[in-house]
Amino acid sequence: MARLSGTTTAKLTFRQKLLHLNWEFVLLIVLTASIGFAMLFSAANGNIDPWASRQFMRFAVGIVLMLAVAMTDIRIWLRAAYPVYALCLALLAAVEIMGSIGMGAQRWLDLGFFQLQPSEVMKIAVVLALARYFHGLEPEDAGRLTNLAIPIILVAAPMALVLRQPDLGTAGVVAMVGAAMFWLGGARLWQFATVAAAAAAAVPVGWQFLRSYQKERIFTFLNPESDPLGAGYHILQSKIALGSGGLFGKGFMEGTQSHLNFLPEKQTDFIFTMLAEEFGLVGGVGLIALYGVLIAYGIYIAFRARSHFARLLAMGLTVNFFLYVFINIAMVMGILPVVGVPLPLISYGGTAMLTVLIGFGLIMSCWLHRDTYINKRGGAA
Amino acid sequence: MNNRDSDRQRLFTRRAALLAGGQFSLLTALVGRMYYLQVVESERYQMLAEENRINMRLLPPSRGRVIDRFGVPIAVNEQNYRVLLKAENAPDVSAILDRLSMIIPINAEEKARVLKEIHGRKKFVPVTVREFLDWEDVARLEVNTPDLPGIDIDVGERRFYPNGAVAAHILGYVGTPRPEDLSGDPLLELPGFKVGRSGVERAFDLPLRGRAGASQLEVNAFGRVIRELDRQDGDPGQDVVLTIDMALQQEAMQRLGDEAGSVVVLDVETGGIIVQASTPSFDPNAFTEGLSSAQWRAVADNERAPLRNKAIAGEYAPGSTFKMIVALAALEAGLITPDTSFFCPGYLDLGDGRFHCWRRNGHGRVELNRGISESCDVYFYEVARRVGIDNIALMANRFGLGTKLGLDTPGERAGQIPTKAWKRAVIGQPWVLGETLVAGIGQGFITTTPMQLATMTASMVNGGKAVRPHLARDVVSRGTLAARAPAEYETIGINPKNLKLIIDAMGLVTMSPRGTAYAARIMTPGMSMGGKTGTAQVRRITLSERDRDGGVIKNKDLPWRYRDHALFVGYGPIEAPRYAIAVVVEHGGGGSAVAAPIARDVMTATLKRDPARLAPGANVAGLRAPGSQGS
Repeated sequence: MARLSGTTTAKLTFRQKLLHLNWEFVLLIVLTASIGFAMLFSAANGNIDPWASRQFMRFAVGIVLMLAVAMTDIRIWLRAAYPVYALCLALLAAVEIMGSIGMGAQRWLDLGFFQLQPSEVMKIAVVLALARYFHGLEPEDAGRLTNLAIPIILVAAPMALVLRQPDLGTAGVVAMVGAAMFWLGGARLWQFATVAAAAAAAVPVGWQFLRSYQKERIFTFLNPESDPLGAGYHILQSKIALGSGGLFGKGFMEGTQSHLNFLPEKQTDFIFTMLAEEFGLVGGVGLIALYGVLIAYGIYIAFRARSHFARLLAMGLTVNFFLYVFINIAMVMGILPVVGVPLPLISYGGTAMLTVLIGFGLIMSCWLHRDTYINKRGGAA
Repeated sequence: MNNRDSDRQRLFTRRAALLAGGQFSLLTALVGRMYYLQVVESERYQMLAEENRINMRLLPPSRGRVIDRFGVPIAVNEQNYRVLLKAENAPDVSAILDRLSMIIPINAEEKARVLKEIHGRKKFVPVTVREFLDWEDVARLEVNTPDLPGIDIDVGERRFYPNGAVAAHILGYVGTPRPEDLSGDPLLELPGFKVGRSGVERAFDLPLRGRAGASQLEVNAFGRVIRELDRQDGDPGQDVVLTIDMALQQEAMQRLGDEAGSVVVLDVETGGIIVQASTPSFDPNAFTEGLSSAQWRAVADNERAPLRNKAIAGEYAPGSTFKMIVALAALEAGLITPDTSFFCPGYLDLGDGRFHCWRRNGHGRVELNRGISESCDVYFYEVARRVGIDNIALMANRFGLGTKLGLDTPGERAGQIPTKAWKRAVIGQPWVLGETLVAGIGQGFITTTPMQLATMTASMVNGGKAVRPHLARDVVSRGTLAARAPAEYETIGINPKNLKLIIDAMGLVTMSPRGTAYAARIMTPGMSMGGKTGTAQVRRITLSERDRDGGVIKNKDLPWRYRDHALFVGYGPIEAPRYAIAVVVEHGGGGSAVAAPIARDVMTATLKRDPARLAPGANVAGLRAPGSQGS
């Protein structure tokens, strides 16, 4: 594919943008999502209903949305960063007020045609807002304590709301994405050390605010065999499913653990287990490799971008995507506690799918506009 | 600005590279963890997954049949129709049960039990509402199944004894295994599985039981069966062939009628038990279905002991049937000859005591033939006094009395043959001579079982061979049936001349007009039976009773349990003995009046069915000849 020369900053026409989109990236996304459709087909015992069909519809809508986001000028996104953040924060607050109850936690907002999970969208909004903030900061000011107050609030406010739902997993992801943005933005090492020390000190205090099921999940994670029929059941059955898959797996739709319902939530959080049971180590490592390529692509785009905003945005969103992948897979393999983080592009779920695709749209926008110069306020040079 | 921006870019590039490195290290860690779970630990998890998924279910084998020597089945399996209720298919369990009770009556107690069982189980596990339905009920239920959602009719197997009480003591019955029966065989823990509880059912339980099959079922996380993965059919139990002739068994049971008693018929050469009757009996089918406590009490408290197998567990004083042993002991010791005679005035005085003969006026001069055929007590008092108790006991032991015979079914008793040493050890008193005299007529401490008496008689008439009676054609070897070694019984070591003297004397019992069983001789041409009567006293007759008007009280005037036992041992035919018989009628009265006629009738029937008497290929009462017996 022909690329524009590095010095060009001129506005691109719609046709040029369409031509210069990184279609191989789009293809990788479609490929990953297709694996997801196949797994949802298997999860429903060879039926496209109820999961695969609806997931495909969402993906179709999402991919159009992704391309639209990608084509939108990156400066518009810079200017929109704070309003989007504010809107998401408002939605999160709305969940608090009128969110419906599900899975023991308030997470969804019923929009009539769509069950929105604002905490998912919030992850992107935080990255956008932090990228916007650090873009506007002089490099030598980035490490100054006074300049870190505003970004800390930007991260802490949604975290507090998500924790109230309570959704430990999402809160953790927001915190980690935030930390990555601070790191990339230029915060000093000693500042990280201080925060880490403070966080460690806060653990015993925070423990008291955890719900009993959250405490139980952490206990279970530490020793799943202690309660094989109770809370440890999910982790144990997931490990059995994975381990029994072996090198090449039991075959498509032949997973006994998943199809005989020993595996819980196989269409959402534990879908990776099902894949690894049916396709073995080969299939599981293949999917991890595919994710690795997507992440590498995101990092490559971040390195190629000329504006600080695009660099931060692309890298931050890539880290966010990586965290989804890592936490979910580590969770089903018993390395991390079960916190309810979906496997991106594959787990059944509308908001997560849309959020991930919008995230990729933004990364692609960073690619298309990698040579666009952006000043501190978001205008072109 | 350009400079500043490049500083910022360098910082970003450095930190982003570190971040990227971290991400890929973590992804690699995930791959490592996957390798550990899916390759290193894979086998363990595969096993756990199979354990999750596969449920073994045992398929109980069909129990082997028991058949008689002519192939007539006497213990079989019958189809057992059961009504099952599966809660998940029944919208309202209680209402369905009410509707069901209009077809087959279900009382409130049963309904409560079913509701409780359904409550305690998963919704797809069927619960038995009622078992042992008859065909009419099944038909009515089948017609109504559309109105009875959740109701299913299921066919299982149950043990059935077509002859009911006729062979109950031989066959025994089956029941739910007791905790001590559990040997680790999972089959025993299967609900509804039955094991043999007594008789042939217990002794041959292992070969009858067979080997269980297994069905490997795939189940889901809730225990619901998804499909059958594999099925290994077991082996049905082996059929056990008995030496019993059911037609003769039936005849003997009928002949005993309402009496409490026992008839045993043995093949004197093989030791095969042809008849082993014990009355009163019980219906083993009632035991299969489970007795109510009232039914159980009625059986257990009956003074005539229907549950006791009197043929092998009834111990009675042998009375005069013991006299052959006493005579043989004296003949073998050379203390008497057939011509040695004693004078019987009707009694014998010894010290202060007077020992009576059954015949008040005495027999006059009596030698061996008359001593046995007319059963003179004084003759045997004299013989016993000369032989001594220990010699009598030795001879009795050689004929199988006083010890267990080693039967192939459980429950036999040893009886008792006293010696001087025995009395000192057990009772703690020295033996007195008067007790030897009493032993000489088979009374006192001596007890024997009908099976022992028949065996004794068989050994006398088969040339002195120690025949060992048995019920089954085959023996159990390591859990399965194995052919019995051909009967080659060791000789007891009695002088054949002496045996012949005894057998001839026994022939006179029925054939001499003065013999005690002359009235009960077989009159059918070509058939004959020799034997010996016995009447065993169960109470002490006092001097005052003897001296009163009318003498000793007649049996019919006594309460049942004080009446004499009537006994008879015999063999037939006289010229070439093939069968030995023993009859005991508890409190039946005199041996010649009560026991001998029963023996005559059963022996006649036996001789009629003797294959040696038949022309080749002839049919006996529609049954196959024994040559064609087989499983």
